[in-house]
Amino acid sequence: MIEVKNLIKTFGKSNAVDDISFEVKAGSIFAFLGPNGAGKTTTIKMLTTLLEPTSGTIAVNGFDPVHDEREVRSSFGIVFQDPSLDEELTALENLRFHAVLYRVPKEVRQQRIDKLLEIVELSDRKNDIVRTFSGGMKRRLEIARGLLHHPKIFFLDEPTQGLDPQTRNRIWDYIKHLNEKEGITIFFTTHYIEEAEKVAQEVAIIDHGKIVERGTPDEIKKKANAGSLEEAFLSLTGHDIREESVDAGFNQMRQHRQMMR
Amino acid sequence: MFTTIYILWLRQLKRFFRSKTRIVGSLGQPILFLFAMGYGFGSVFKQAGQGDYIQFLVPGIVAMSVLFASIFSGIEIIWDRQFGFLKETLVAPVSRLSIMIGRTLGGATVAIFQGTVIFLISFIVGFHPVSIAGALLAFLMMLITALFFTAVGTAIASTLRDSSGFQLIMNFLIMPLYFLSGALFPLAGLSGWMERIVYLNPLSYAVDGLRGGLIGVSHFGLGIDFAVMGIATAIVLVIGSHLFSKIQI
Repeated sequence: MIEVKNLIKTFGKSNAVDDISFEVKAGSIFAFLGPNGAGKTTTIKMLTTLLEPTSGTIAVNGFDPVHDEREVRSSFGIVFQDPSLDEELTALENLRFHAVLYRVPKEVRQQRIDKLLEIVELSDRKNDIVRTFSGGMKRRLEIARGLLHHPKIFFLDEPTQGLDPQTRNRIWDYIKHLNEKEGITIFFTTHYIEEAEKVAQEVAIIDHGKIVERGTPDEIKKKANAGSLEEAFLSLTGHDIREESVDAGFNQMRQHRQMMR
Repeated sequence: MFTTIYILWLRQLKRFFRSKTRIVGSLGQPILFLFAMGYGFGSVFKQAGQGDYIQFLVPGIVAMSVLFASIFSGIEIIWDRQFGFLKETLVAPVSRLSIMIGRTLGGATVAIFQGTVIFLISFIVGFHPVSIAGALLAFLMMLITALFFTAVGTAIASTLRDSSGFQLIMNFLIMPLYFLSGALFPLAGLSGWMERIVYLNPLSYAVDGLRGGLIGVSHFGLGIDFAVMGIATAIVLVIGSHLFSKIQI
């Protein structure tokens, strides 16, 4: 379903993604793990047409994100690492907007929206402005939105970041259910390694832009001679703390935005 | 294509009309200018033999509200980028051009709405357009101006990565454009260097066209006003959509 060969992305002089190759089988759940700044999000951006690779080839659902953008974009749904809802619109409006952009046929649009809202338990809040939602509710809404057009592949970039265990469990149960029932291929990243160990069938660990290990969770544990995937992860990527680039403009932006209103 | 344009247009409108503070805020400044300038300079203007300043000023204030509203709509892309929503539109299987067109039309609609409100408010201070046909021409100029500056805002915002450039744009682009446009003073008899700047400023032609339509007095002539703004708008729309299509997140 996804095939990546010798993928490189260079920013300035450094390689954010440095010659990685992997494949994700159709219908599987694939975890892409790595410390902050390892190249996870950059890779997802290239897979999802948001960023052009410096070199290497990618096939998503058989299409090339650089040349067949439209086909690739129709093939996947995505939950980004950072929120990507329009906070000034209601939950329902966000979903409708998505349905129009992805050409979900009018006849099934409302029915699918209702169903998904029910699944993520937001039916009673559908007419509320998204700004008033909690972090967990926004995430659930994004998941519903990403599935609205029945994608073949679902990308989730740290979907459970900052959520309480109850919500996390609920979200994973639902994702597993989707994978089993609808056969949707799942590609996700997370910092909660135990989640990956529980859910993923295949794991790739990336560090400094290179894939340092691949396999099933059991294989990786065995190779690293570790009791858990987290132990294996730490022994592969070391114990140093990584810096994540912080967007300094963000707070300033909020101030301007407030000012202009 | 058309549904995409429509849904993006609708989004711009919803965002605007839902934000009461934005509506009030965006009308406040032009109204302040209208009253303070209008009554403040009225007598000086009259003594200089230029006639009724309110009549002269209102087209300039309408241009102001259109300018601010449309640049702001274009610039909103920076916030969509920062707040993440831009990604949602950019990974959708639709062309960037239709996204850009939808946004631009939405922004222009909001700007025209604001310009029209200011136009109506100006009746309170005694403004009266010379003819209906003229007012319709002025409306057309307002539309072109709104498209032009929304596209300018889009082009600028497409190249900015965060908000730090925003104040810079306000202070070094919007305000100079406005004050050096003839919105507040007559263009006849300007000194050489200032005249050159004013003649290079597209807003001068927009203001002049509005004035030509609304009060029947124009410096360049309506033909030139429409030709300059029409061509400038076409160019900026092409540049804007090119830059927008090149956005990488």
